[in-house]
Amino acid sequence: MRFIVSLILAVWAVTAAAQDWEERQVFASGAAQATPLRVLSSTDIALFEPVLQSFLARYPGVEVEYLVTSTASLDTYFRADPDGYDVVISSAMDLQLKLANDGFALRLEDVSHPPRAQWRQSLFAFTTEAAAFVLNRAAFAGQELPTTRQGLIRVLRAAPETFRGRVGTYDIRASGLGYLFATQDARASETFWRLTEVMGALEARLYCCSGEMIEDVAAGRLLVAYNVLGSYAAARGDLGGQIEIIQPVDFPTTMMRTVFVAERTKVPGPAVDFLRHVLALQSADAGEEGYALPPLAGATGEALPSTIALEPALITYLDQLKRKTFIREWESAIIQGP
Amino acid sequence: MADAVQISGSLRSRLTATLIGGAAVLAVLLYLIARTYAAQIAQQGQDNVLGASVTSILDAAVVRDGQVEVDFPYAAFSMLSTPADDRIFYAIYQDDTLLSGYDTLPKAAATPGDVSFDTGSVSGAPVRIATASRRMIGAELRTDITVSVAQTQDSLSGTLTEIGRNVALFGAGFFLLAVALSFWATSATIGPLQRLTRSVMQRGPQDLSPVSRPVPSEMVPLVSSLNSLMGRLDHSLRQSEDFIAEAAHRVRTPLTTVRSYAETTLQRVDKEENRQALRSMVRAIDESSRAAGQLLDHAMITFRADHLDRQPLDLVDLVQDLVQGLTPVADMKDITLRVHGDAVVPYAGDAILLQNAVRNLIDNALKYSPGDGAIDITVKAGPTPTIDVRDEGPGFPQADMARLPTRFARGSNAAGIIGSGLGLTIAQDVAVAHGGRLVLGNDPKGGACVSLSL
Ligand SMILES: Nc1ncnc2c1ncn2[C@@H]1O[C@H](COP(=O)(O)OP(=O)(O)O)[C@@H](O)[C@H]1O
Repeated sequence: MRFIVSLILAVWAVTAAAQDWEERQVFASGAAQATPLRVLSSTDIALFEPVLQSFLARYPGVEVEYLVTSTASLDTYFRADPDGYDVVISSAMDLQLKLANDGFALRLEDVSHPPRAQWRQSLFAFTTEAAAFVLNRAAFAGQELPTTRQGLIRVLRAAPETFRGRVGTYDIRASGLGYLFATQDARASETFWRLTEVMGALEARLYCCSGEMIEDVAAGRLLVAYNVLGSYAAARGDLGGQIEIIQPVDFPTTMMRTVFVAERTKVPGPAVDFLRHVLALQSADAGEEGYALPPLAGATGEALPSTIALEPALITYLDQLKRKTFIREWESAIIQGP
Repeated sequence: MADAVQISGSLRSRLTATLIGGAAVLAVLLYLIARTYAAQIAQQGQDNVLGASVTSILDAAVVRDGQVEVDFPYAAFSMLSTPADDRIFYAIYQDDTLLSGYDTLPKAAATPGDVSFDTGSVSGAPVRIATASRRMIGAELRTDITVSVAQTQDSLSGTLTEIGRNVALFGAGFFLLAVALSFWATSATIGPLQRLTRSVMQRGPQDLSPVSRPVPSEMVPLVSSLNSLMGRLDHSLRQSEDFIAEAAHRVRTPLTTVRSYAETTLQRVDKEENRQALRSMVRAIDESSRAAGQLLDHAMITFRADHLDRQPLDLVDLVQDLVQGLTPVADMKDITLRVHGDAVVPYAGDAILLQNAVRNLIDNALKYSPGDGAIDITVKAGPTPTIDVRDEGPGFPQADMARLPTRFARGSNAAGIIGSGLGLTIAQDVAVAHGGRLVLGNDPKGGACVSLSL
């Protein structure tokens, strides 16, 4: 690290680019004539920067342009301009799988990865992250914490006045990951719909991203956030005192963050190096500290049974008709305005 | 025999080549058939799953408030997971408008009620497409829903490659087995032919008897013509021998008459020249009649050797009898005949032939040794019954030794001694007929030694 001159250009794209990037940053080691590598990602820079830095330390000849946007718009942007990006990282497994299924991902025959954590040698999973409840610690002081969705429903029903307007969850219309979690929850149990109705009755607030939800819980604007990425919450060490992260024990919903190299990349060499580097860092036995993202569980052994499987069935809920139906039902449950 | 036989190919290699060629053709056929069959079955498997997927999507179609809704189950696609992670595509059409799915998927017509299958390609990837349709009838709605589900064929071709490899291995194994079998079958078939050849080759020169061991039916014409050829040969051989015997006999009888006349005349003639001439005449007559006798003997032996009349007898007895008969002749030359060896040597053989042989040997010993000596005859039982005749004469001329037992061969020492060159031939023929042999040798101390072992 010490011999690397880290040149960080933080440029907020305001007008130049057509897209609205949540974050955009160029990482380079300062080497002349570095190969540019465009990485399109849904993972915040704060979480991914250590990975980028270690990549640059190993491959100083590459200049990484890291572009962050939400999972849903990531899919839209990439489909609109499949030549424009070299590596794509997203937590929305369904959208990623559909991109790979539609032939946007490069097949890498010689990358060896556990079969459950890859699809078609083109889409590779590198983290295992569970959806969690995040609770405001102060509000639940002295109370027994709910560990199941049923338990959460009971808590919410018991004190509707306390929780009214202070419950948050993903707006599944805006967030690809939120939609994935919701559809997988709905597949697993009817409890999801009951919980959604209860949250709707409490005038739940809808969010695009885990980060904001976590901050609002920490600040006390929310008391409960449902289906938040536990890994994001855990990464916010600074908020540790204010929030409580609970992995539901009834049926955990666990996703894998996935990465692929764009089929039409002009720099396949560095792109594949980048992918391999990420996979190697995140394999469970890499054992290196300091990376904010959880490693891929069961990289060597059996994957967790509750992990959403990387299979073509993921595109089921992306079907327009099904999506329309699902969102209509969800809306009628969560939005119970006057 | 000396003429080289013209060779045209080999039965063995022709048979082997035919069998191996056949096996190769069969192995290739087996491979092709198994592959085609496997391809059909594998395709059938994929079609079944695609069909089930299409049906489950179609079943989920409902009309609600005049709108078609297709809330198909997760299983519709999860059943399409394959080990090779095949890509899937689908399209749901209401009449001719795409409700949802991939517009890149070629639209296929479908007859309501059953699933049709087709192969096509979606953006360059070859796929198998299943299509089915269903008529929906609502309040004011009458519409056809058509669903297509397509899947790439990576897993299928992977399976096929694997099956192909296994079948190829199987075919190769089958072929190797067939090669081994064809070698075995060839030698089993050629075997009787080789056995026949061997048995004909191992025969003695005199053996012209027909082949008696059973042969495969295909070889019967060959063997029977061989047998008849040998029969004819045997017949003509015997005829010529009969002829010789007959001729010898016819010559001998008048010779005896001539000799007695010559003897009588010798008594009466006084003039020395005439007596000399008459004595030469008698000698010549003796020689001729002896030769005729030996020719007769030889013919007889050749005949009897084929039909050996084996009787149990005692060789010592046999020799004693002969010695007794020959003692007068020996006495004339002052030669003592002595018999040594075992007291009794039992043996099963043809007495007439054995007597003839031994007489010839003793005759020779008397003829070729100087007077005033002894001839030792030794009869032994073991290890094989043997009769040795040993004299005190000059012995066999070394240079001629090898050819002396052939017909009419006489040694360099035979000049002036009556003989026809058949004596040793007869002895040898008798020995061979009894499965034994005749060995000529010289005693280092002087004297010939002939050993007749049986
Ligand atoms: N006992 C013997 N001693 C020396 N020579 C012998 C003796 N017996 C046979 N021979 C040689 O072997 C030749 C062949 O013998 P044989 O076949 O009996 O014919 P032959 O009628 O000439 O005696 C004789 O001519 C003689 O040269």
